[in-house]
Amino acid sequence: MNKKQIVYPYIPNSVPEVKAEMMKVIGINDPMELYEREIPEELRFKGEMQLPEPIYDEYSIKRHTEELLGKNKNAQDHLCFLGAGCAPHFVPALCDEVNGRGEFLTAYVGESIADHGKWQALFEYTSLMAELCDMDILSIPMYDGGTAASSSVRMANRINGRGTVLVPEKMNPENMLIMKNYTNSMPEPDIKMVTIKCDGAGLIDLDDLRSKISSDVCAVFIENPTYLGSVEVNAEAIGKIAKKAGAEYIVYVDPISLGVMEAPANYGATITCGDFHSLGMHLGAGGCQGGFIATYDDMKYISEFKDLMYGLSETSVEGEYGFGEVLYGRTSYGSRDKANEFTGTSTGLWAITAGVYLATMGPQGMEEVGTTIMQRSQYAAQKISALPGVEVKTGGPFFQEFVVNFDMTGKTVAEINKALLGYKIFGGKDLSLDFPAMGQSALYCVTEIHTQQDIDKLVYALNGVVSC
Amino acid sequence: MSRDRYSRFRKFHQAKWDEEIIFELSVPGERGVLVPKAEKEVAAAVGDGVSALAGLKRKKAPALPEISQMRLNRHYLRLSQETMGTDVNIDISQGTCTMKYSPKVQEHMAARHPGITEVHPLQDPETMQGILEIIYKTEQIMKEISGLDYFSFQPGGGAQAVYTNASIIRAYHQSRGDLKRDEIITTMFSHPCDAATPNTAGFKVITLMPDENGFPPIEAFKAALSERTAGIMITNPEDTGIYNPRIKEYVDAAHAVGALCSYDQANANAFLGIARAHEAGFDMCHFNMHKTFSAPHGCMGPATGAVGYREFLRPFMPVPRVEFDGSRYYLDYNCPQSIGKTRSFLGNFGVVLKSYMWIMQHGAEGLKEAAICSVLNNNYMMQKLKKVPGVVMYYDFGVGKNRLEQVRWSWEKLQQDTGFGTTDVNMRLSDFGIQHYWTSHHPWVVPEPFTLEPCESYSKDDLDEYCGVLAEISRECYEEPEVIKGAPHNGPTHRVKHMEIDDEELIAVTWRQYLKKKGLKK
Amino acid sequence: MKKLGVIVNPVAGMGGRVGLKGSDGDEIQKKARELGAKPESPLRAIEALKVIARLKDQVEIIAYPHEMGADEAREAGFDPRIVGSISSGATSPEDTVRAVHDMVAAGADMILFAGGDGTARNIYTALGSGSDIPVLGIPAGVKIHSAVYAVNPRSAGEVTALFLEGKAVNIREAEVMDIDEEAFREGRVSAQLYGYLNVPENKKYVQSVKSGTRSEQAEIQGMAAEIVANMKDDVIYVIGPGTTTRSIMQRLELPYTLLGVDVVLNKQILANDVNEQQLYDLVKGKKVHIVVTAIGGQGHIFGRGNQQISPRIIRAAGKENITVVASRDKLTSIMPRPLLVDTGDPELDRELSGYYRIVAGWQDILIYKAGLE
Repeated sequence: MNKKQIVYPYIPNSVPEVKAEMMKVIGINDPMELYEREIPEELRFKGEMQLPEPIYDEYSIKRHTEELLGKNKNAQDHLCFLGAGCAPHFVPALCDEVNGRGEFLTAYVGESIADHGKWQALFEYTSLMAELCDMDILSIPMYDGGTAASSSVRMANRINGRGTVLVPEKMNPENMLIMKNYTNSMPEPDIKMVTIKCDGAGLIDLDDLRSKISSDVCAVFIENPTYLGSVEVNAEAIGKIAKKAGAEYIVYVDPISLGVMEAPANYGATITCGDFHSLGMHLGAGGCQGGFIATYDDMKYISEFKDLMYGLSETSVEGEYGFGEVLYGRTSYGSRDKANEFTGTSTGLWAITAGVYLATMGPQGMEEVGTTIMQRSQYAAQKISALPGVEVKTGGPFFQEFVVNFDMTGKTVAEINKALLGYKIFGGKDLSLDFPAMGQSALYCVTEIHTQQDIDKLVYALNGVVSC
Repeated sequence: MSRDRYSRFRKFHQAKWDEEIIFELSVPGERGVLVPKAEKEVAAAVGDGVSALAGLKRKKAPALPEISQMRLNRHYLRLSQETMGTDVNIDISQGTCTMKYSPKVQEHMAARHPGITEVHPLQDPETMQGILEIIYKTEQIMKEISGLDYFSFQPGGGAQAVYTNASIIRAYHQSRGDLKRDEIITTMFSHPCDAATPNTAGFKVITLMPDENGFPPIEAFKAALSERTAGIMITNPEDTGIYNPRIKEYVDAAHAVGALCSYDQANANAFLGIARAHEAGFDMCHFNMHKTFSAPHGCMGPATGAVGYREFLRPFMPVPRVEFDGSRYYLDYNCPQSIGKTRSFLGNFGVVLKSYMWIMQHGAEGLKEAAICSVLNNNYMMQKLKKVPGVVMYYDFGVGKNRLEQVRWSWEKLQQDTGFGTTDVNMRLSDFGIQHYWTSHHPWVVPEPFTLEPCESYSKDDLDEYCGVLAEISRECYEEPEVIKGAPHNGPTHRVKHMEIDDEELIAVTWRQYLKKKGLKK
Repeated sequence: MKKLGVIVNPVAGMGGRVGLKGSDGDEIQKKARELGAKPESPLRAIEALKVIARLKDQVEIIAYPHEMGADEAREAGFDPRIVGSISSGATSPEDTVRAVHDMVAAGADMILFAGGDGTARNIYTALGSGSDIPVLGIPAGVKIHSAVYAVNPRSAGEVTALFLEGKAVNIREAEVMDIDEEAFREGRVSAQLYGYLNVPENKKYVQSVKSGTRSEQAEIQGMAAEIVANMKDDVIYVIGPGTTTRSIMQRLELPYTLLGVDVVLNKQILANDVNEQQLYDLVKGKKVHIVVTAIGGQGHIFGRGNQQISPRIIRAAGKENITVVASRDKLTSIMPRPLLVDTGDPELDRELSGYYRIVAGWQDILIYKAGLE
């Protein structure tokens, strides 16, 4: 078949007769005439793009892609103990049902007269998250936890005009990289990131915090649970130190912990932020993250959000719900470079999904899932710590993740993880690159999806690997 | 009843469910799902698990609703029916957004194959060779499409991609100790993110206003350039659908003063295979994979902004980079001058997967065909819409002059004649089963604007139906004003009292804030 | 019930069609009639009032008799309340002034007038600078240098209706300017800035500042902050007239003249309200920087309301030492026409033509053209 005559199923007007009819209306004989007066000759690409041979038919592209994706091992054929901001969790079928609906999947920026359901679903997301965080205000979601954390810091900076943020030295390294770039400016960073010392479990050194807090600190930023899984037991004390210095207190949470862990708002946080991946999203190779920021009902905070906010309002019909844009001038859609930061397409579909998750789980579900995570992760830590030469480094209570040190085994985490693959297990995240001082340590993640049998299998495999 | 045989209008009515806000559905005690519980042995070994939290144990359960599963499913499916996605309407309305059809084979693959849904981003690269291969191959494809040398798919959207480029410009000048360069130049018809992201990255932003040609004259551009210029960040064709034919002169002039040039290619659907960032001289660019390469918009994400660079900017790119050693794909973190990251992990791989599949189903010829058909569609529509009473086309240079893939139209005349402006027409549009249209970013340089982008996904019949609807609404404005005043009539809801809420007393962005403002107890 | 004062200057605009550049003065009006001129403003007033007629049960029109408003209001379907008296066919500026006084006394919520710069100036004179009654012009005069008009009669009607309904309307301070008609007819333009009136405008058309967090006031303060942050030591700053430039003086906490030129050195006041000669004596041989704003409906940066900043003073500063401040709305409203320079020195006007960095807010720079009409 002549290539020129291909009619593409996704390009209806590639039918030659239709094209000819349309060209007649425009008054041209060749579609390239449309470009000739618009794009100067010297700017037009004369060559041919050297792309792979196309795979035209649907069955063949399906086969081709399946072969590629089939090369990936995954958490269905392996036991996955990797977390580090993307922990494997149970995804209720309803979550996939709703985010697979074509109407939600393919909608975009329609206003509420046509996209009323989208506005309501996103309003429900913010409302449900507000209950979970016990705070009042959220915007439409952000790209991921790292961008939410970074934007929180910029909000603090705008609120009090101060130029330093204190962060834990063992904070999530992905988020640290994002925040470092986000607080940078020209010619030099306009918000200086200063790290606070942490112990081996990632807990803040209060003395170091006291020595670094000053009237130039816009915010004290902590994670709870910490990147290394520990529960920050001094969270309230840290908040008091921040507050006394007039700084904002930003707490980064894993929202799935909030069915059992206290909401940061109730121990002094002025801004709560995090990544809602844990609320109903698959692992998705890291493509199912979503960021949120929650604050109190105070214009001081509301006016500093960078993303769209959907406000519940009324319509011309008595009693009918409608939605409107709130303080649109905050966003770059409304005021370009005079906006708070920048606004753009982020993670709407995942936010709707997080809303579905929270509504499905309800208060009981959230408490139960948190409880199961705590029990199973504690069980795993207990079992692993009994292995010869293996040390579990928790400085107290932890949620879902904990540090396992293998120094005494004489093996590197890399070697251990390679060997675990033989047992069809993804071992914990290797910490030796990001935190060399921690030696050969790995961050293990155990959630509600790990059965006792799964954990026992891990322990059995680890035992085999470290003792050989 | 089918579409009217003569007028071709649908007797459309959108689903209207008057659905409660989800909290109003709550019945204490109902459950949506049951979750796994720890085994007896586990519980015996560790106890209740949560006592360890001591003072940090949650004291009051979150006030989430309690709803059984069927009612929940019904609630959300009703909301989906009250949403006008591209899948259910002729989505030409959202100009600048390239509302393409996202082929279902791609959607099913991304949503259902465990080789993506169950892959952890921090897995050993040896265990995710398929993902790395797709990223690597897509990079090679994007290099051909743009003529630039390296790509990253880390940014989670178009604006974040442009922000990444602003960060790269900063890192480049900082690495050279050229610290006085604190200004970025953009144009008023470039997407707002071209102004907002450099500002967030710490630059002062200079905006060029268009002249009577619709784009800023080169003399204005030169007046803005100086030794303080760090870079230029512009869209072309701009959101008017006008391609600035002198773009190369801008780029050369910027290079002459030592500035970098960043090309916002949100509107790239107009010129795939026909024009490239390389020929125009740009140092870097970005593509919206969720627009130009068919991935859907998902109520605003997840998305991917692909960022591309020339060789000399490679050291500053985000980490990690996906590399290939001839037999295996691997991740390279060894980039000491890198800006770090703008988004965690590898970005939104699902969007890259869909884009890869779409490109592979078209090939070089097919991409070009998509571009040509999008421009053809637009110019066909232009001929029809110009004849609609009340419509004005700004920067109309008459016979033989075309637009690329979109047009920023104006109802200025309609407004003068009838008093009805673009907002009034917009209210009526959804009554015909069509998503309300995109007016314009702010400020409204073109008065009473509306921006249409009939990309290649839409058939001639779709275009005819769409133009017919606009003509009918125009007629109503002139002849049946009452119909317009009361619109929408057939939607899930009616005119919102406050489309923009700035008054503190009226702000209710969560249910609890709403109850508080209404003086209702939770 | 809301009360709307309507003033029609029945002779406004008569001079224009017959090439007389203005209609002030009995002689000119007579001459215009002889040349076949017909009154334009009554028709325009009727067009605007017809838009407001949908509110006729909610709005009371207060008008002067006959062609000064009563006739037009009736034609548009209103039953106006008549105050004052005139001699029909021989109205004068004094009638306008009296009409304003009578309408204020009658409790008018707003004044809508049809006329040109002369009428606007009469209204301003009658109201005085302290008044906050909104005034809106239906453009009907030959000279419309002031910024108090709607773009056309229909939109004047719409904005007025929205204001009377209490709907989203923005109030801005707009310049009242007028030129010496005698000089104008002889080919010289000498415009004075007389003051500011409160002018309502439809918020729908105020696009760049969309919400409470970025108010117009904040925008103006941002411009002032940007100018002050970039002020250099030992340079004399000549601050032109206007509300925008006033904010610079307020930010410096210095005394200012709204309608005059003030001079600043090292953030201290050097002189207020200088005339051309005083200004020249101050700047002669010194490093000088001029800060001006776009004045009037047509956006003059030189030659309207700031003639004190004369060609020799502009030359003393040099083009590169001129900063223009103007809001995005202002520029959008005149786009794509350039900002205007009309210094009275054609050669200098040509030299001053070109692109300027316009300060539109804090760290907010737009590039825009200035030049000849």
